[in-house]
Amino acid sequence: MRVVLAEDLFLLRDGLVRLLEAHDFEIAAAVETGPELSRALAELRPDVAVVDVRLPPTLTDEGLQCALQARRDRPGLPVLVLSQHVEQLYARELLADGTGGVGYLLKDRVFDAEQFVDAVRRVASGGTAMDPQVIQQLLSRRAAEDRPLERLTPRELEVLELMAQGRTNAAIAGRLVVTERAIAKHTANIFAKLSLEVSDDDNRRVLAVLAYLDRGR
Amino acid sequence: MSIETQSSTQGPRTRGRAGNVALSGARGLALMFISLPGAVICFCFTLVSIALIPIGVGIVTTPWVLAGVRSFADRRRLLAAEWGGVRIPRAYRPLPEDANPWARTFGMLRDPATWRDIRWLPVDMTAGFVTALVAFALPLYPLEGFAIAAGLWRVLPDGYWYGFVKVTDQTSAFYAAGLGAVLLVAALWLAPLLLRAHFRLTGAVLGSGQGELAERVRVLTETRRDAVDTSAAELRRIERDLHDGAQARLVAMGMDLGTVEALLEKDPDKARELLAQARRSSADALTELRELVRGIHPPVLAERGLGDAVRALALRLPVTIEVEVDLPGRAEAPVESAAYFAVSEILTNAVKHSGADRIWIDIHHGEGLLRVSVTDNGKGGASIGAGSGLAGVERRLGTFDGVLAVSSPAGGPTMVTMEIPCVLS
Repeated sequence: MRVVLAEDLFLLRDGLVRLLEAHDFEIAAAVETGPELSRALAELRPDVAVVDVRLPPTLTDEGLQCALQARRDRPGLPVLVLSQHVEQLYARELLADGTGGVGYLLKDRVFDAEQFVDAVRRVASGGTAMDPQVIQQLLSRRAAEDRPLERLTPRELEVLELMAQGRTNAAIAGRLVVTERAIAKHTANIFAKLSLEVSDDDNRRVLAVLAYLDRGR
Repeated sequence: MSIETQSSTQGPRTRGRAGNVALSGARGLALMFISLPGAVICFCFTLVSIALIPIGVGIVTTPWVLAGVRSFADRRRLLAAEWGGVRIPRAYRPLPEDANPWARTFGMLRDPATWRDIRWLPVDMTAGFVTALVAFALPLYPLEGFAIAAGLWRVLPDGYWYGFVKVTDQTSAFYAAGLGAVLLVAALWLAPLLLRAHFRLTGAVLGSGQGELAERVRVLTETRRDAVDTSAAELRRIERDLHDGAQARLVAMGMDLGTVEALLEKDPDKARELLAQARRSSADALTELRELVRGIHPPVLAERGLGDAVRALALRLPVTIEVEVDLPGRAEAPVESAAYFAVSEILTNAVKHSGADRIWIDIHHGEGLLRVSVTDNGKGGASIGAGSGLAGVERRLGTFDGVLAVSSPAGGPTMVTMEIPCVLS
């Protein structure tokens, strides 16, 4: 799987290259600045881009802008955005086109190499990987505001949170140390309580959850 | 220093010249009755009170009398601005709230503005009175001339002087009417001018040429002190947070890693456990640093500017917040930062105390001012004083010459508006 990597700090870029290569990714390019990233994305057409939000030369949200532009030029281009901090605002912008294949993670998620690589793979295959922090914020916000979430049991909330991060039932089952069937039951309950259409497509599932969380603004 | 405002230039156009003259006359009359008795009373009281200082009575009375003089002068400043379009700056030195009569008296007497007040009183009761009198009489006098020509001359004693015309018969009465007409035309021009002269005179004596500058210096000194205080407190907070938080965690992590090194051979299970703990510590340290950075200069603010930073802030709060932004560019970083933290404080207040379930934020820039208003549908009753966070916000905005206004009647809604002068890039 070919990856274009954009990160301006040498230490992190180097570490990410090593980490991804150790997990059998092919690094098509590891770039430092926004314009380099745009060029690499257009010319090399990678399977997935891993991008830092803040990149030179502006050192503002150049990386995010480049990624969004690249997705406009090539819809569905999988992009995983890494950031020192997470903001719902940015998560929203990434999810806005609704085509999936996006991820938005805190940089420290690379501490857990397995989970990080799993997120890259999920994004590359058209799935979604949202940082637990974003989901947590959304959930706590909604919980304070909306009735339907109050009907969920604590366990179901836990499942919803993991589901919203983009995990499959199998992954959630593994995380919560229960059987996959139990998770299937929970998700069915969640969908029923939130009156959402059940779909087999993991990606659409996340988008449905996020769309629900996003509702009423 | 006087500044022309719009009222003086708009008057003639909107009211017509005759109306303007009548208005000037009426105002002249009012000023006559205000200035002469007011100035005489103030002046006498002041002199007596100051004269009584050596025997002690003056110590008690002088602050009261001078405060009265100030309020008299203030009323005249107001009239000058409203009627004459002449702005007379107020530049009294502030006195401590709890000063004793002694400190109060001598504090006021040391203030050059007090002496300008006292010097102004005799000018006001003479020249000020005369200008007001003439502004009043000038439009009226021609009427007498017309009355004379219309037949009033018959009942007047022979040799009655109207101006420099001796009225004896109908012909000379017509001369009087002619003079009256000339005077009336002159009054059209002169009456408003005289009134302006009156206010200019007040301004020249009462307002110090350096008043505005002195006031500015005072405000700047105050806000600089506030800024220094706030930033020192901020630095202390950051230092403490780093020391107690991230730094401590990194030390703990180093210790854990050291222990892991020793345990690696002897007790691999324990070592693995400690490694996991070290990783958690590093993640926690990062979280703390992130929070700290957010408290100093939020990343979204740095990346996107005020509008999106406030939007992002609104997304994090458990209340429905509508944000409207109309900013064609970005303000300087310190201004953005001040505005952001002010909004943040106001929102926190609103969420905590107002009981509102909807908040509207409007951010726009016009006429060199960044204007932000935050309105909620809560129960109201917010005020700047009374130990609320709003006083702190006001102080911080003061550093940028910004102002804060709060409208919050009991029962709501609350509207907090701030304005910061700045240019956008």
